Amino acid sequence: MATTVQDAPAAGLELDVRNAAHRKHPWRWLSALVVLVFAAQLVKMLITNDNFGWDVVWSWLRAESIVRGLGITLMLTVVAMVIGVVLGVLLAVCRISANPLLRGAAGLYIWFFRGTPTLVQLIFFYNLSALLPKLNLGIPFGPVFASVDTNTLITPLLAAILGLGLNEGAYMAEIVRGGLLSVDPGQREAGQALGMKNSRIMKRIILPQAMRFIVPPTGNQVISMVKATALVSVIALSDLLYTAQSIYNRTFETIPMLIVVCLWYLAVTSVLYVVQSFIERHYNRGARHQAPSFWDFLRIRPKGSAA
Amino acid sequence: MSTAVLQARGVRKSFGHTEVLSGIDLDVTPGETVVVLGPSGSGKSTFLRCINLLESLDAGRITVDGRDVGYDVRNGRLHELSPNEIARRRKDIGMVFQQFNLFPHMTALENIIEAPIAVLGEGRREATARAVDLLAEVGLAGREKAYPRQLSGGQQQRVAIARALAMRPKLMLFDEPTSALDPELVGEVLATMKRLASAGLTMVVVTHEISFAREAADRVVFMDAGQVVEQGTPEQVIDNPQHERTRAFLSRFL
Ligand SMILES: Nc1ncnc2c1ncn2[C@@H]1O[C@H](COP(=O)(O)OP(=O)(O)O)[C@@H](O)[C@H]1O
Ligand SMILES: [Mg+2]
Repeated sequence: MATTVQDAPAAGLELDVRNAAHRKHPWRWLSALVVLVFAAQLVKMLITNDNFGWDVVWSWLRAESIVRGLGITLMLTVVAMVIGVVLGVLLAVCRISANPLLRGAAGLYIWFFRGTPTLVQLIFFYNLSALLPKLNLGIPFGPVFASVDTNTLITPLLAAILGLGLNEGAYMAEIVRGGLLSVDPGQREAGQALGMKNSRIMKRIILPQAMRFIVPPTGNQVISMVKATALVSVIALSDLLYTAQSIYNRTFETIPMLIVVCLWYLAVTSVLYVVQSFIERHYNRGARHQAPSFWDFLRIRPKGSAA
Repeated sequence: MSTAVLQARGVRKSFGHTEVLSGIDLDVTPGETVVVLGPSGSGKSTFLRCINLLESLDAGRITVDGRDVGYDVRNGRLHELSPNEIARRRKDIGMVFQQFNLFPHMTALENIIEAPIAVLGEGRREATARAVDLLAEVGLAGREKAYPRQLSGGQQQRVAIARALAMRPKLMLFDEPTSALDPELVGEVLATMKRLASAGLTMVVVTHEISFAREAADRVVFMDAGQVVEQGTPEQVIDNPQHERTRAFLSRFL
């Protein structure tokens, strides 16, 4: 020890961290090796096990019925998410409003839709006619202006959209509320002091900043929603999963058809992942931390880290 | 009403059971620079925030340019205004905050043009041209595209001043504008404020910078425990205070 301390100044100030030897990462390389071995095993099984039925998978992957089922799945995802986001923003604004009635109503809504299973809500909307044979538009205990048979109005598609969308609204409300609360109150005050209206402050100042906190969990929600739409197969709506099921009920090629389904879900969620990373970058304008790039997971030595 | 830009009469404000303002009277005439001194917790910020109604008053009355910010007078009585009407009346009162409160997702230029476009209905080109001039005026020519995080504290506060000036306010409120700054950055902000004061802007400035009060103030107001203890010229209040509480406060700056 003593010698190193004495040596240090003698070693000279001409040394430069620029030329320092990088720390070795033997464990990283070893674990990479282990992962590679397992990956090789997996690939071998995928190729040599005939039960996967890759030829069947390939022939069904772009079959018209499957693509139509995928279309229904995507349409449901988009419509339910749009309903969910719009409803979520409204509910979140109600939740933090000064009006106690609005706060209570929004709280009750969120409590109910988060507290009961999505599957049950779906079946419930599908069977709404058992509870309300007719839907009326009018004044309670007063005149009725319009009336419609519930079964003609609530098709399986509408039941699916209502079930998924109203449920999503409850989750989005909490995400949006968290985002709004994360914005410094000084931002609203600065807007007020400039004479801006509350609606404009929300749109131009609070929401854009809240988006940094809203986008990542919303991306999660979209990906969950893509998969949650598979629930609608219980109400006989021919989405991707229901279509695949009706095919393998005939052909008994269960595993290959499920692989077809998984491949499509993976393809869709991968695209969404890339889209999300672009949106995150957009809303990180002016922020200290940039959102990670899509390819960062491939780096052994993460960008900008000391280790 | 009179020619005063700001008139405060008997302003009271409580948070819960603690009274923070216990009857404040203050007049500010056009072009005047009033510096408010006082110990921390004496209610200086609360009073400024009552002027543009970021806080509501419990009693008393404040008018700016002869009008209540939050009320209309009808049939000899004050009637509460809607939030949108209050917003419209706030546009004549600029405010500069201790923590700057710039919009971090907007560039310096976008920070400045936002309210003139949204509130005054200025065109984007007109607002931009004026914002470029204002940035030059506060010594930040060419920094239009910088985001707040890319600027030093002193530069951020000068952008915030330009942002408030863009609304052509009749009255500017400064709440400890240099208290969040590193010591070497305080001077540039105070220099900007001194220029505004001598250019005839009507200002109420809460600060602990005694030298600024001495050089720029037309009048110094000393507040303690929610009351105006004494006021007068800088020479009267700073160099020859009449009240024990003022003397005790000022002795900490010697
Ligand atoms: N929103 C609030 N809620 C409760 N108490 C507050 C609030 N704002 C200020 N106060 C209290 O009011 C007193 C005066 O505060 P302030 O006006 O900020 O004083 P100063 O600016 O002179 O330091 C302090 O005791 C502070 O804790
Ligand atoms: Mg204060």
